[in-house]
Amino acid sequence: MAEMAVIKTPAETALSVAFATAKGKLPGAAALRETAFKRFETAGLPHRRVEEWKYTDLRALMRDAKPLAPPPDAAAKARASNAGAAFAAVEGRRIVLVDGAFVPELSDLAGLEPGLTIRSMAHALATGDAAVATRLGQVVPTDNVAVALNTALMRDGVVIEVAPGAALARPLHLVFFNAGGAPAAVFTRSLAVIGKAARAMLIESHEGVAEADYQVNTALEIAVGDEAHVDHIKITGGGAGTLHVSSLMAAIGAHARFNEFLFTTAAAVVRNQLFVHFKGEETVAGIRGATLLNGKQHADTTLVADHVAGACISREVFKTVLDGESRGVFQGKIIVAPQAQKTDAKMSAHALLLSEEAEADSKPELEIFADDVQCGHGSTAGALDDDLLFYLKARGIPHKEAESLMIQAFVGEAVDGIEHAGLRDTLIDHVAAWLKTRE
Amino acid sequence: MALLEIKNLHVSVDGKKILNGLNLTVEKGQVAAIMGPNGSGKSTLAHVLAGKDDYEITEGSVLFEGEDLLSLSPDERAAKGVFLAFQYPLEIPGVATMMFLRTALNAQRKKRGQEELSAPDFNRRVFDAAAKLGIERDMLRRGVNVGFSGGEKKRNEVLQMALLEPKLAVLDETDSGLDIDALKIVSDGVNRLRSPERSFVVITHYQRLLDYIVPDVVHVLSKGRIVRTGGKELALELEAKGYAQYQEEMA
Ligand SMILES: Nc1ncnc2c1ncn2[C@@H]1O[C@H](COP(=O)(O)OP(=O)(O)OP(=O)(O)O)[C@@H](O)[C@H]1O
Ligand SMILES: [Mg+2]
Repeated sequence: MAEMAVIKTPAETALSVAFATAKGKLPGAAALRETAFKRFETAGLPHRRVEEWKYTDLRALMRDAKPLAPPPDAAAKARASNAGAAFAAVEGRRIVLVDGAFVPELSDLAGLEPGLTIRSMAHALATGDAAVATRLGQVVPTDNVAVALNTALMRDGVVIEVAPGAALARPLHLVFFNAGGAPAAVFTRSLAVIGKAARAMLIESHEGVAEADYQVNTALEIAVGDEAHVDHIKITGGGAGTLHVSSLMAAIGAHARFNEFLFTTAAAVVRNQLFVHFKGEETVAGIRGATLLNGKQHADTTLVADHVAGACISREVFKTVLDGESRGVFQGKIIVAPQAQKTDAKMSAHALLLSEEAEADSKPELEIFADDVQCGHGSTAGALDDDLLFYLKARGIPHKEAESLMIQAFVGEAVDGIEHAGLRDTLIDHVAAWLKTRE
Repeated sequence: MALLEIKNLHVSVDGKKILNGLNLTVEKGQVAAIMGPNGSGKSTLAHVLAGKDDYEITEGSVLFEGEDLLSLSPDERAAKGVFLAFQYPLEIPGVATMMFLRTALNAQRKKRGQEELSAPDFNRRVFDAAAKLGIERDMLRRGVNVGFSGGEKKRNEVLQMALLEPKLAVLDETDSGLDIDALKIVSDGVNRLRSPERSFVVITHYQRLLDYIVPDVVHVLSKGRIVRTGGKELALELEAKGYAQYQEEMA
């Protein structure tokens, strides 16, 4: 019997060519890259018949594969000189990556707090850095195809280490800037290792020139030590034409605090995948997000919160505002292992549809193997309440403004969970700016 | 010129006729009470005046200061000075009361070509008005009406009225759900606002309210039209005899 021929899409073919051509020049980890690329070649680009990718058919959405971004030249770096400025109120330590490459001269590396190190992932890979090699791909192992592709083609990123007990005075602000000279593909991989009882706040802002036509595949692995307190906030903006695929692999120790927040307003297609492992007991985590879309934008948040250890509390709250013909996807799965007794996990996903053409898809799941747990999920999708709008309008508030108040209230439920006041206010301003575009 | 002039108003909802040739005139500075059986169309009238769009107006006209009210959006009507105290005030989680009040007041001022109020000026006004109505500051920090008791919601309506200083205030059963003390506080709040420049339409089921807010005129609304108009003694008569005679007249 004839074997079924697997027909590759042009994008898949282009990726194979790109890997074959580039692999000799990519920094280090050759064997790891080969294995990862095989994984990708076997599976191909994920499509809608793959359950995890049901609503975000990457094979259909990726018509082509953009060429790998060249190292940023002086002009590209110049365009990035002001990157991250929208977050000035956060007063973070700015670390800049342009087209996926770490740019020390644009980064604020002076006077690092004791116990903090920041270095280039490319350098760590090229030199076979043992600390990185043992962690890479191991923080939360996954056979996810987007992660495999990232592993195969990763070029740079940052490696951040915070020593046990160290408390960072300022947030670390990683700015990923797409300089947009020509269509390009960017593969960044970063690693953050936060030691026992350390305190760190990590902000990622993905930005770029408006006309950037990019394919971004970015991944971050975070290992959070016992008793550590880590906030990670990722803001996806910039480049209206961009396809942005992002993976977070976070492993959290015992008695820790972990706050994750995803804020998404831009890019044509966004896939944010989160793989969070609760590895130690009595950790408290908040995993939240707000997504605001219009036009033909498509954003997918796919979360797997895996309670391996017991007695952890996790709260997942996702809010999606959909205008125009946009589509918002939420897939959230909470897994509670047999030994993870006393887990308390509650997940909610709410979508607000501002137009008839917008679409919300939600797939919350619980996979519970322990018997003494408190878990639940809720999911809604609907339009703004006309009676509430009328109440506001009857007080003199014009229609659009009344809608804005209600949208802010809707999103606020998630945004208010951000502990850092400067960042919270900045994101509230971002929401206001998004609302302005509707007026 | 009358402040409000409603002529032959016909209104239906989902094909059901509710107002049926209603005529009503409210003079400037007048306090008009409207009484009538459940389901007679009192709240419908109030909503139509405020501009709720679930209603189909099939016939008739409403003039406010001589201008066609029905062609204006709800926020435009509010800016012109029309205020409705809702029979069932809604809760708006996530919209802080202070923010709501400031947005409303400034939106109205802007539309009238007035300057926005400064934050201290605004806060002072709110706190003064709230204190008079026995509304605690903690309540102002919450979402609009969120977690308020029925009576507190009604007081909050009167607070909004006091701040927005309308020309015409329609109070839709603002007395229902109020205890004796709150009824007094709310009535005092309304009476403080009485002026030759401001008119009220007070919808109520209870004569008792009209002991506190003494009306210039009492209208009886039954089956979608005003069937009788009289002085304040008409309220006493209704209290004694009920609406039976009007409903039969209509049948
Ligand atoms: N949206 C609607 N759809 C269908 N019927 C409606 C709607 N709104 C009001 N009605 C009907 O219209 C009639 C008048 O209602 P309305 O609320 O105006 O009465 P009311 O005089 O205020 O009564 P109450 O004294 O009980 O407050 C009622 O029969 C009510 O059921
Ligand atoms: Mg009523």
